[in-house]
Amino acid sequence: MFRYLLRRLALTIPTFIALMFVTFVAIRLVPGDPVEVRVGERGISPERLAMFRHELGLDQPVWKQFADYCVQLMHGDFGTSLATNQKVLTEFAALFPATIELSLAGMLFAVVLGIPAGTIAAARRGTLFDQTLMGLSVTGYSMPIFWWGLLLIMFVAERWGLTPVSGRIDLIKYYFEPTTGFMVIDAWLSGQAGAVKDALHHLVLPAIVLGTIPLAVIARMTRSAMLEVLSEDYVRTARAKGLPAWRVIGLHALRNALIPVVTIIGLQVGALMAGAVLTETIFSWPGVGKWLIESISRRDYPALQGGVMLISSIVIGVNLLVDLTYGLINPRIRHG
Amino acid sequence: MYRLTTAKSKFALASLALAATLAAPGAASAKTLVYCSEGSPENFTPALNTTGTSFDAARPVYDKLTQFTRGSTQVEPGLAESWTVSPDGKVFTFKLRKGVKFHSGVNGFKPTRDFNADDVLFSFERQWKDDHPYAKVSGGKYDYFADMGLKDDVQAIEKLDPLTVRITLKKANVTMLANLAMDFAAIHSAEYADMLAKANKKEQFDQQPVGTGAFSFVMYQKDAVIRYKANPAYWGEKALVDDLVYAITPDPTARYSKLKAKECHFVIAPRPADLPEMQKDASLSVINQPGLNIAYWAFNTQKPPFDKKEVRQALSMAIDKAAIIKDVYLGAGTGAKNLIPPTLWSYNNNVKDYPHDVAKAKDMLAKAGVKTPLEIDLWYMPVQRPYNPNAKRIAEMMQSDLAKVGVNAKLVTYEWGEYRKRMQQGEHITGMLGWTGDNGDPDNFFFLRGCEAARPGGQNLSKWCNKEFDSRLEKARATADMKERTRLYTEMQQIEHDDAPDFKIAHSVVYEAMRKEVTGYKQSPFGSHQFNGVDLK
Amino acid sequence: MAEIAAPSTAAATLPQDLSPLRAFWAAFRENRGAMFGFCVVAVIVLLAIFADFVAPYAPNEQFRDAVRAAPMWADGGSARFILGTDSLGRDMLSRLIHGARVSLFIGMAVMSVSFVIGVLLGLACVSLGNAVDVAITRVMDLIMAVPSLVLAILVVAVLGPSLTNTIVAVTIVYLPRYVRLVRASALTELGKDYVTAARVAGVGPARLMFSTVLPNCLSPLIVQAALGVSDAILEAAALGFLGLGAQPPTAEWGTMLADAREFIRSNPWLVTFPGLAILITVVSINLAGDGLRDALDPKMRRS
Repeated sequence: MFRYLLRRLALTIPTFIALMFVTFVAIRLVPGDPVEVRVGERGISPERLAMFRHELGLDQPVWKQFADYCVQLMHGDFGTSLATNQKVLTEFAALFPATIELSLAGMLFAVVLGIPAGTIAAARRGTLFDQTLMGLSVTGYSMPIFWWGLLLIMFVAERWGLTPVSGRIDLIKYYFEPTTGFMVIDAWLSGQAGAVKDALHHLVLPAIVLGTIPLAVIARMTRSAMLEVLSEDYVRTARAKGLPAWRVIGLHALRNALIPVVTIIGLQVGALMAGAVLTETIFSWPGVGKWLIESISRRDYPALQGGVMLISSIVIGVNLLVDLTYGLINPRIRHG
Repeated sequence: MYRLTTAKSKFALASLALAATLAAPGAASAKTLVYCSEGSPENFTPALNTTGTSFDAARPVYDKLTQFTRGSTQVEPGLAESWTVSPDGKVFTFKLRKGVKFHSGVNGFKPTRDFNADDVLFSFERQWKDDHPYAKVSGGKYDYFADMGLKDDVQAIEKLDPLTVRITLKKANVTMLANLAMDFAAIHSAEYADMLAKANKKEQFDQQPVGTGAFSFVMYQKDAVIRYKANPAYWGEKALVDDLVYAITPDPTARYSKLKAKECHFVIAPRPADLPEMQKDASLSVINQPGLNIAYWAFNTQKPPFDKKEVRQALSMAIDKAAIIKDVYLGAGTGAKNLIPPTLWSYNNNVKDYPHDVAKAKDMLAKAGVKTPLEIDLWYMPVQRPYNPNAKRIAEMMQSDLAKVGVNAKLVTYEWGEYRKRMQQGEHITGMLGWTGDNGDPDNFFFLRGCEAARPGGQNLSKWCNKEFDSRLEKARATADMKERTRLYTEMQQIEHDDAPDFKIAHSVVYEAMRKEVTGYKQSPFGSHQFNGVDLK
Repeated sequence: MAEIAAPSTAAATLPQDLSPLRAFWAAFRENRGAMFGFCVVAVIVLLAIFADFVAPYAPNEQFRDAVRAAPMWADGGSARFILGTDSLGRDMLSRLIHGARVSLFIGMAVMSVSFVIGVLLGLACVSLGNAVDVAITRVMDLIMAVPSLVLAILVVAVLGPSLTNTIVAVTIVYLPRYVRLVRASALTELGKDYVTAARVAGVGPARLMFSTVLPNCLSPLIVQAALGVSDAILEAAALGFLGLGAQPPTAEWGTMLADAREFIRSNPWLVTFPGLAILITVVSINLAGDGLRDALDPKMRRS
């Protein structure tokens, strides 16, 4: 087990190095100069331009810039954002909880609805429920979520007024210091009446939009896995013994069906990050996805590099965790 | 800003917050004005910034020596209650206001003295002297200080006594007073700077601002919200609400939805397509004003056949300006005939704009000896600018208009920085750009057509040098006599119109929308937002 | 939507002497959802191919007198523009039809290029030795580590926004799937007896790969390719939505959505139609792809 863990970890190191190199090179190739892009119609004199570029180290040869960057990274310094002059890590840390909160909510939505739906569909295979679910599922993962989000805002938030339009909390009614960065937790910590409910209220629509595709995938996966398990001998034995259906399905079948489902959940993390970019843009959710997009248009090299590295590291980390969990659940590979 | 506190102190903080909010009266009973802004500030020191978003975020907290009267381009006393200008226009002596207090309690700072000349010296020397202890903090780029001519043209800034400051320039510049009313000239607290320097926390200076303004800074949550509270001891027009909140909402549709849902009271930049609906809504009020800007299509007079005035005039008549205003500006623009917008003093309304006359245009081209089809290029910006919502669309419309008079325009664009650089070098035959005014002085626009700016790398994109125009430009810069200056600028507009170095497209019209409950707001010609003197019914 | 009987029954109902193609078609036809999807896809493909004849107007023709006209059935609409016009007065229906051409082209292009490269790389992993295998797998891991949209945006930012570069970006993002699939299938096949037999018989490595191993990996690969088209269309539309895809005036559904976003409150039709077009196309391709998977290989049936 331990050896397995070590081996997996070791394999990720070259990936990291390659990631560093590729992001560095790719971002240098992006046309547009980070100094020039912020200059207005007045323009900038060549001397001042040269001075700024020198201060940012942009006039050094590329290999030297890369070497400096590597050394910096060793010290845990992901660079300083060109736009705000704050450390990239600080900016990322300030924004990341929002993205996590959104992703967790989306995943919760997907799992809480998806697994039961898939299970029931498998149990009632061939019925109207099953067919409708499959139809909805295909629609779900074919959905362009940027459009889906716009539609939901148009109807649910605006026309029917069921949820707020954007933001994380009602700024007029509630004010509390961001201790953890998770609005729901901070709201609870603040003790203000109705704050938690308000935070959740703001979370609903973005979570639904972000969680739609994972929901469709999880429901489907659960259904398939359950179907396979339900046709197994031991299930038929349990049924023949006279055990009630729910107990057979809920306890015996589901536990075994969950193995592939857990894998899928883990694999959705990367997709969630990608989806978060679009969702955060549409809902003005102050997370890292939106920040990354803005950094690209601002040619904020350090922020972009740091951001891509941090996000990818997290995805790698989660995948590692999923692999380990899978190894734990599935005894067959535990001793790989 | 984000405080990285340890786990233990976080918990303590949480418990304290819990206790505090349980003990204190609810924040909801105070009057809170929420402004939906469109972006995050880079920091809270305007001297370091160039974007309207950053200026808006810092403005509630600071004052300047002089200021623009709320809602106009008139200069009035600010932290300097009076001043004298020497006859040669080079020496400005300011008498500072007595008894002005800096904000107390922000980031643990408690001022021990009132505002005085030391603060003025600190605020300017930081931007001026490369060896100033704070010069390099937070990036050290003071663009406006350099661009408005202060870096090179200031000879000395001296403190004559605790309440008198004297600024001496190398050459006369009448626009100095207007320049000092701009955001970059905000006055900071030298005492706060010292406190942070001693605690080795200089970078906090630009993240948690201390000023003398109508509001004091409370907190900023990145990309989400900025909070201010009213300064009860403010010397000027006080804040009429207790709390001010900037809700950072980049999407215009989201801003509109929040406005309707009363989640914000005031929004910036509503979408032109949403305006008709907003204007019909009885719970909202929509105001507008031509912005202090101009969008133009420059002809490079150094490249034939654009060296011929008749050709330039002909093409000016070939373009359907009204269609552009209608389809691209969606009504949020007014056709321009002069370089300066109608809101600026000395605007010459007697100038008659070129009509849209395709037949006459063809005729003039033929008479000027131009063989059609004529091949030209048409440069357009790849990004949205305040004066031009969609340069590509305008370029496409112009292209099809030009085709009708036998001119084939090839559309060209580059990355923004590249684009601007090349146009300033004069690489284009024709190209679009524009300008947003900085200080409400006509010189700030007209210098764009001066001979000095026509050099390669200069901002005169028509590379046009007209002696009549230029001599008046120089004269108007040197005299402080408003009547004389107005006369000169009026004549210059006619000269420019007749020689047609460019085709003037439009001034964008700036719309702002707010709830009917908001009273006392005055729209600024500069597109800036100020919330003191604004009340919520 | 999938009404497939248990594997044993299907095997029993299909006569054993039907050619594989006929057997496949019979199984496919049984699946109502898949047939529906297939028909819709066929219609869309036909529309795309014959766009120039089917569309009432040219997609880039601007009718300045009918800017943002409403669809025929709404207030102020007319039969002149069945689905209304966009912000520059261009006919929505024509643009949607031509947009089908663009989107399908992107989908097919991405699918074919990543298919070919994926197969080559996957087979290379398996046949060219351990070093090559590790190198290629690491690169694929790298690509998969960066969230898909972020990577696509980076690639487009470097190369510049255009239709071609969208195809390049989306291809890079989806490449790992094909490579991994081919590699995994090939590895499985390589352990089998018939391959060992062929090797012993003296078949050279190239021929071994292409004529012996590859055909047996095809089933999952074809399914992945079919479903890959829909993924590519979605990703390209997302790029178009962010302004990084096909540039105006090209009629691409995602770009149309981006243009229309301004008018979401005033002219919601402009937002509804391109989104619906994307949804319908992608759903149909997915339905057909699922049917393909179910019919091709009963063992792979997810039901």
